[in-house]
Amino acid sequence: MYRLHRLLRPNPANLFLARLLERHPRLNRWFTEAEKQVKGAAFGCRMCGQCALPATGYACPMTCPKQLRNGPCGGVSATGGCEVYPDTQCVWVTAYERTETEGRVSDLTLLQRPIDHREWGKSSWINYWQGRDEGLWTEDDGLTRTHLVLTDLRAGGPQE
Amino acid sequence: MSSPEQGRLRAALRSGRFAVTAEIGPPRGADAQAIVGKADLLRDWVDAANITDNQGSHTRLASWAGSILAMRSGVEPVMQLTTRDRNRIALQSDLISAGAVGIPNVLMLSGDHPTFGDHPDAMPVFDLDSVQLIWTARLMRDQGRLLSGKPVRPAPQWLIGAVENPFAPPLRFRAQRMAKKVAAGAEFIQTQFVFDLEIFSRWMGEVTDLGLEKRCGVIAGVGPIRTVRAMEFMQSKVPGIHIPDQVVRRLRGVTSDQVAAEGMALCVETIEALREMTAVAGVHVMAFGQEHVVPELLERAGVPPRTATAPSATAGSNREDHDAR
Repeated sequence: MYRLHRLLRPNPANLFLARLLERHPRLNRWFTEAEKQVKGAAFGCRMCGQCALPATGYACPMTCPKQLRNGPCGGVSATGGCEVYPDTQCVWVTAYERTETEGRVSDLTLLQRPIDHREWGKSSWINYWQGRDEGLWTEDDGLTRTHLVLTDLRAGGPQE
Repeated sequence: MSSPEQGRLRAALRSGRFAVTAEIGPPRGADAQAIVGKADLLRDWVDAANITDNQGSHTRLASWAGSILAMRSGVEPVMQLTTRDRNRIALQSDLISAGAVGIPNVLMLSGDHPTFGDHPDAMPVFDLDSVQLIWTARLMRDQGRLLSGKPVRPAPQWLIGAVENPFAPPLRFRAQRMAKKVAAGAEFIQTQFVFDLEIFSRWMGEVTDLGLEKRCGVIAGVGPIRTVRAMEFMQSKVPGIHIPDQVVRRLRGVTSDQVAAEGMALCVETIEALREMTAVAGVHVMAFGQEHVVPELLERAGVPPRTATAPSATAGSNREDHDAR
């Protein structure tokens, strides 16, 4: 999965494609629908439009009934079951197991910023290729930055 | 009304004095006396009491209102705030309000899912998660800004609290999850019930390896089990409570009229063991519906009443490295 992700990394070609798609609503709709089908089948994607998969061992945090993006809640059962759907494994238990196997547990320690609910239903790939996702998570503990929780992407940044 | 800077809990964590917090569950009715009565029982024995936020997703009097009632009764509140019922607008609004009325401590958590409560048909909000809410609170207090970037003047001055469950999978990630909360701004952490000292000690070891106890007071959750039925309820109906087999055997091994006494003895032993652990900053006593036993519990465990250790803003620090506010 991590290898596959390399193909998706922003590059001039997909940046061009993303800009093209945004100029053509019908193409954009088809493309977004294709993303929905592919990622829905593979990860249970809910189309939040701000994909966290590369930092969560490809376990989608939006499938968590509480949509927790920073790790598991305290209600996980002794067998690793979800608090709400006991027969389903907690998505964060899955994320931990996968990142541990891959030696990437440190991914889970990144602070995930609040999502922008206006992005639901939009293509996260188009956002990603245009660099709009760059502020989704941070290694920074927030002590040195002035607007630590705010995404830098938000227009204008802090305002008076 | 004590000013937040001189809060008892803050003073206890700062000085390294063993802190005691308890829990006041608000009533379902418009009944101020329900809070006052519990506050009267706890006043002399606790540094602060959590006012729960619609615990178990059951609708109750609001935690901000309970916090004001507790303050009027001379008990310092810890206002709990869950992300379950409010979006970021309402959460930040409640945090500003808490600052304005002088609530000295706030504690942020995601909260039980609505399916567990009296309105399983309710919309689960979860706009932010607990880490994001802690982060937001620190942004508001330390940088005087909302998530939108708008200024908050004057900035609220509460102490920021969080929770952690050392007993829920993935166990090896739990200390790191606490680290995320500390990085986001948590200054004290209350844990789920400690019935399994072995798992707790292992988690505490990881916490100290990460140096978290120096930045954030770890307050261990404890509580007496009253009946076998209560124990079974905790095991089957309350998410995230782990009761090890030896505890189950011990409580089932006595006659039914002796369970309450055995549960008390077990809790006293747990508090004594926690006091021996230097990295543990205090205990959080959760005694739902049996607040009257809290004084006896603490006394038997050798934790003196707070009146005997009245906090002083000028008290010398005996834990120099402790930089909790």
